[in-house]
Amino acid sequence: MLELRNISKRFGNILANDRVSITVRGGTIHAIVGENGAGKSTAMRIAYGFYTADDGDVVVDGKPHRFTTPHEAIALGIGMVHQHFMLVEPMTVAENIVLGAEPGSFAALDIAGAAGRIRALSQEFHLEIAPDAVIEDLSVGQQQRVELLKALYRNARILILDEPTAVLTPQEVGDFFRILRRMREQGKTVVIITHKLDEVLAISDEVTVMRDGRVVGRRETKETNTAELARLMVGREVLLRLEKSNAHPGAPVLQVENLSMTASDGTERLASVSFEVRAGEIVGVAGVEGNGQTELIEALAGLIESERLSGDVRFEGRNITKFTARQRKQIGIAHVPEDRHRRGLLLDSDLSENSILGVHFREPAVRPPAYVMLDEAGIRRRAQAIIRDFDVRPPNPDLAARALSGGNQQKLVIGREFELPPKLLLISQPTRGVDIGAIEFIHRKLIALRDSGCAVLLVSAELEEVTALADRLLVIYQGKIVGEVEPPRVTTDQIGLMMTGGRA
Amino acid sequence: MSDILNLSIIYSTIRLAAPLLLAAMGGLFSERSGVVNIALEGLMLAGAFTSASVTHYAGSPWLGLLAGVAAGVFIAFIHAVACIHFEADQVVTGTAINILMLGVPTLLSGALFQTTGSTPQIPQSNLIPNAPIVIAFLLVPSVWYMLYRTPFGLRLRAVGENPEAADTAGVSVSRVRYLAVLTSGALAAIGGAYLSIGQSSLFTRNMTAGRGYIALAALIFGKWRPVQTMLACLLFGFAEAASIQMQGVTPYIRVEYIQIIPYVLTMVVLAGFIGASRAPKALGQPYKKR
Amino acid sequence: MKYLRHLALPLIAVLAAFIAGGIVVLLIGDDPVYTYRLLIGSALSWPDGIGYTLFYATPLIFTGLAVAVGFRCGLFNIGAEGQLTIAALATAWIGFTFSNLSAWMLVPLACAAAILAGAVWAAIPGVLKARFGSHEVINTIMMNFIAAGVTSALTQSYFKDPGDLILQTHSIAAAAHIPRLGRFIPGMPERIPTNIAFLLAIAACVLVYVFLWKTRWGYEIRATGANPKAAEYGGISVRRQIMLAMVVSGGLAGLVAVNEVMGYRYRYYQGFSPQYGFTGIAVALLGRNHPAGVLVAAIFFGALTRGGLFVDIFTENVSKDLVLVLQALVILFVAAEALFRGARAS
Repeated sequence: MLELRNISKRFGNILANDRVSITVRGGTIHAIVGENGAGKSTAMRIAYGFYTADDGDVVVDGKPHRFTTPHEAIALGIGMVHQHFMLVEPMTVAENIVLGAEPGSFAALDIAGAAGRIRALSQEFHLEIAPDAVIEDLSVGQQQRVELLKALYRNARILILDEPTAVLTPQEVGDFFRILRRMREQGKTVVIITHKLDEVLAISDEVTVMRDGRVVGRRETKETNTAELARLMVGREVLLRLEKSNAHPGAPVLQVENLSMTASDGTERLASVSFEVRAGEIVGVAGVEGNGQTELIEALAGLIESERLSGDVRFEGRNITKFTARQRKQIGIAHVPEDRHRRGLLLDSDLSENSILGVHFREPAVRPPAYVMLDEAGIRRRAQAIIRDFDVRPPNPDLAARALSGGNQQKLVIGREFELPPKLLLISQPTRGVDIGAIEFIHRKLIALRDSGCAVLLVSAELEEVTALADRLLVIYQGKIVGEVEPPRVTTDQIGLMMTGGRA
Repeated sequence: MSDILNLSIIYSTIRLAAPLLLAAMGGLFSERSGVVNIALEGLMLAGAFTSASVTHYAGSPWLGLLAGVAAGVFIAFIHAVACIHFEADQVVTGTAINILMLGVPTLLSGALFQTTGSTPQIPQSNLIPNAPIVIAFLLVPSVWYMLYRTPFGLRLRAVGENPEAADTAGVSVSRVRYLAVLTSGALAAIGGAYLSIGQSSLFTRNMTAGRGYIALAALIFGKWRPVQTMLACLLFGFAEAASIQMQGVTPYIRVEYIQIIPYVLTMVVLAGFIGASRAPKALGQPYKKR
Repeated sequence: MKYLRHLALPLIAVLAAFIAGGIVVLLIGDDPVYTYRLLIGSALSWPDGIGYTLFYATPLIFTGLAVAVGFRCGLFNIGAEGQLTIAALATAWIGFTFSNLSAWMLVPLACAAAILAGAVWAAIPGVLKARFGSHEVINTIMMNFIAAGVTSALTQSYFKDPGDLILQTHSIAAAAHIPRLGRFIPGMPERIPTNIAFLLAIAACVLVYVFLWKTRWGYEIRATGANPKAAEYGGISVRRQIMLAMVVSGGLAGLVAVNEVMGYRYRYYQGFSPQYGFTGIAVALLGRNHPAGVLVAAIFFGALTRGGLFVDIFTENVSKDLVLVLQALVILFVAAEALFRGARAS
C-alpha cells in the first residue's frame, strides 16, 4: 500500500538516505528501527511530504509520487505524528486540529462543525479527548492523542508515528498499543519509527531495519528477536554487559534530605527526595523522562533558585543547600549536563575556551595573585590534556566546538568535568546522541572514576545503561523516590513497574 | 484640575491616540506572526512623506493616502525580505529602516521640492482630518474578529506561537509572515499619513518624533491584544494631551517632565509591575525548517 | 589569515550600500560618480579632510565600542544616544561648577563624570533587564527620550546664561578644556576640532580588547552572550554580567562628552549629537563587534560624515542625509549576511 522506492536524500554533505526502499503492506503495523541518525525520520518525512527526496519515489496504492508539500501526502491519506509534538499550546484541541484545513469560509471559522466531527472520531477510536480543551492543560499522553486525532481528522489511512512511546510511561504505552490495534481493526495502516526493540516485538507485524542511511534488513516480526534486530541495527553483537568490578563504597559524600522543588508554574517537581551517595559508588536514577530527574540534577548542581527549594543538601557533612553553582564547583562537585548544546558548551567558541567553562575563575585559567588576566598558555595546556586523555577528535584546540561530532563534544565536556577533579560527579544522559565507540569509552571512564574514590550520581533514560553501570539504583516517579534496588537482583520488568508507580 | 478634564481633552486624546493606534494595530499583525517590528517609526514616516507629496501633486488626499499605503507596503517588504528570507536580526533590520527613513525623505524633498525635508503646504480643503481616526477605531473590532474568528487569524497566531506546528500542518510560515509584515506597513503608513495630511498640512523631517516606538510600547503594554492595545494607545494619547493642556496652566512643572510620563510608564509596565506580559512564543526568531 | 574571512562581509556590505546609494543619487537627478568623488575626496584632504574625519570618528569610536560590548553580552544597547546626552550635561556641569580647580584635577574629574553619568543611565535599563527580564530595546529607546527631556528641562531652568536664546549651558572653565591635536601636529591648524579625545578613543579600543579577550570578566561577558544557559552552568551570574556589560557600555558612550564638551564646544549644547548613538550601531555591526573593526568602521563613517557636508553644499539635490541612507543600507546588508557569522550574540 505504501512504498518508498530507492529514496535518496542529502543534507549538505551528509547522505541521510541512500537508495532506501521500504514496503508497507496495507492494514498492518510496520516498525522501522535503527539507531539515532540511521535515517528513519528522514525517510518518513519524505513519505509525508515534509522533505522532498533528491531521488526515488513514494508509491501510494501503486502510483508513484514525489511530494513537495505535506498537502499532497495528506490528500492521499498519509498522516504523520512527530516525535516532538507540533501543537500550539495556548490554542484549543479543535483549533490545533483544524489548522491548515480550516472549515468554514475565508471570513468565518466554523469551529463548532469541526468539534462535532472530532468528538465522533474520538469515540470511534477510544481516544477520550474533548475538542475545547486547551493544549497546555493536557498531559503528555493526551497531547499525543490529539496528534493522532489530527491525522484521523484529515482522513489518514496511513499513519506514520515517530518515536511515539519516547515520552510515555509503561502504563501509557499499554493504552497506546490498544489504540493502535483498534486502528488496525478499522483498516488503517500504521508505521512506527522506534528504537525500542521490545516494543517492536510486542506490537508490530513486520519490521524494517535501517543503519547509516540504508535499509539493512526486513523481517516478519514473529520470525525474529531482539538480538537479531540489535545486531542488524549496529552491525555487530551489542555488549549489554559491562566489565565491572564490585564497588567498595566509602563514607557518604552527598546526603540529600527531604529535597522538594516547585517550578515556576506552581507544580511540585520534586517531593521530599532523600538519599545518599557514597565515595566510590555509582548511584543510578531510573525513570521515564519528565519525572523530576532533570530538576534533581540541576538542584544539586546549584542551578535552581533557592526560593524554589526546600530541604537539605549536605556535601561531606557540610550544608550546601544555599551554595551557588560556582561554589559547588569550587568544593569539587562536577556536572555533566543532559543537554550539552544548551548547557554544557559554547558552540561557537574554540575548545580551549570551552575547556575552562566553570573553572575560569581559578588556576590554570587565570594568573595569580589577582586572578583576572587569562593565562592563555595554561588554558591551552589544559585543553590539550583533556583532548589527549579523553580521545577528543580532531585533536585541535583551536577548532570551534560546533565542528566536533556529538560523541567528541560529549567527551570534551566529560573530560573537562573529570579534570576538576571531582569528589562528586553529577552526570545526566551521558551517552545521548553519542556513537557506539564513544559510549564504551565513556562507560569505562565512569567506572574508573568510581574506582578512584569519586561519588557518582548518574541519571539515564536508557534503562540498560543505568542498570549496567549503577551499583545502586533509585527509581524516580512523579518527583518521588519510589524504590531503591541493586541492579543484579531485579528484573527490568520490576523496575519498569516502579517507574510507573507500582510496587516491586 | 477641572480645566483639564473637559470635552476638549477627550477630543484631543482621540486625535493624538489615532496615529498610535493605527501603527500599533499594524505592529500587532507583524508581532503576532512572530516578526518583531521596531520599524513602525520608519513605516509611519514613509507613509507621512509619500502621502503629503502625492496629495500635493495630485490634489487629492485620498490618492495621497493610497500612495502612502503603497509606500508603507514597499518599505515593509524590505523589512520582510531581510527578516524572513535572509533571517537577519529583526531588531537590527528595523533600526536600519528607521535610520533610512530619516534620510530618504530629505533627499527626495530636496530633489522634488528643493527643500531640506519638508513638503509644500497643502490647502485646508485637501486634508482628511477625520477619516483616519474612524479607520483607526474601526480597526479594533475588525482586527479582533480577524484574529480569533477567521482561518487567517488562526494561522497567524499559530505561526507566531509555534511555526513548526503550522508548517507541518501545511501552512506556509513565510507567506503568513510576509502578509503580516506588509499589512503592518500599510497600517503604520496610514498612521503616518494622518500626521501629515490629517493633523497638520505638510511633512517635516522626522515628524513622527518617536510615535512609532510609543506605538510599539503600547502594543506590549496591551499584551498584543487588540482591545488592550487600544486602551494603551488612549492612555498614551491622554498623557500627551494633558501635557499640552498643562503647558500654560502650571508654570512650575516644566512641560518636558510631563512629556516624558508615557515613556516612564512604558518602562514601568514592561518591567511587569502591571501584570505579566506574554509575548508570542516565536517572536523574534527566524523560522528554519529542521 | 582567518581575519581575511571576517573582512569580506563588511567590504561586500559597504560596496553594496554604495551601489544602492548611487542608484538613489541617480534617481534624484545628480551624478553618482561626481557625488562619490566629492564625498571621498573631501574626507581625505589634508589637513581639513583628515582632521575633520578623525574628529567625527571619535564619538563614533566610543558609541561603536559601547554597542559592541553590549552585543558581546547579547544585549542591544540602542540607548547610547541618551547615555551620551546625560554624560555631556554632567561633564559640562562639572566644568562650570568647579571652575576654581586646576586643570590637573578638573580634567580627570570631568572625564570621570562623563563615564559615571553614562554608566548610570545605562544601568537603569540594565537593572530592569537583570531583575525583571524586561527587554532592553524598548527600555533604552525610552531612556533616550527621557534623557532628551530631562536635559532640555534642566538646561532651560538652571544652566542657561540669562538672555541666551540658544538652548545651551554656561561655558566650562578654561581648566576643563583639553588641547586640540593641532597643537602637537605640524601642519594642522588648531581651528580643526580634533583633540586628544581621539587618542583617548584609541586607548579605549585597546582597553576594550584586553578587557574582552584577556580578562576573566571579558570571558564571562562573552560566554553570557554566546549561551546564557551554558554561562549559568559554568557558575557565571547572568544578571551580574548584564549589569556589568550595560555599565561598561554606558560608560563608553559617555566618553563622547569628553570630545564634545571638553574638546570642542566647551559647553553643553542641546541636540549636539547627530545621532551618534544610532550610528554607533552601524559602526559596531560593520566592525563585527571587535575593537579593531570598530576603529576602522568609525573612521569610515567619520569620513562619510565629513564628505556628506561637502556633498550637501556642492551638489544640486543631494543633501547630507545621503550619509544616513548609506549607513542604513550598510546595516541592512550586514544584517542580512550576518546569519553566517552570528554577529549579534543572542
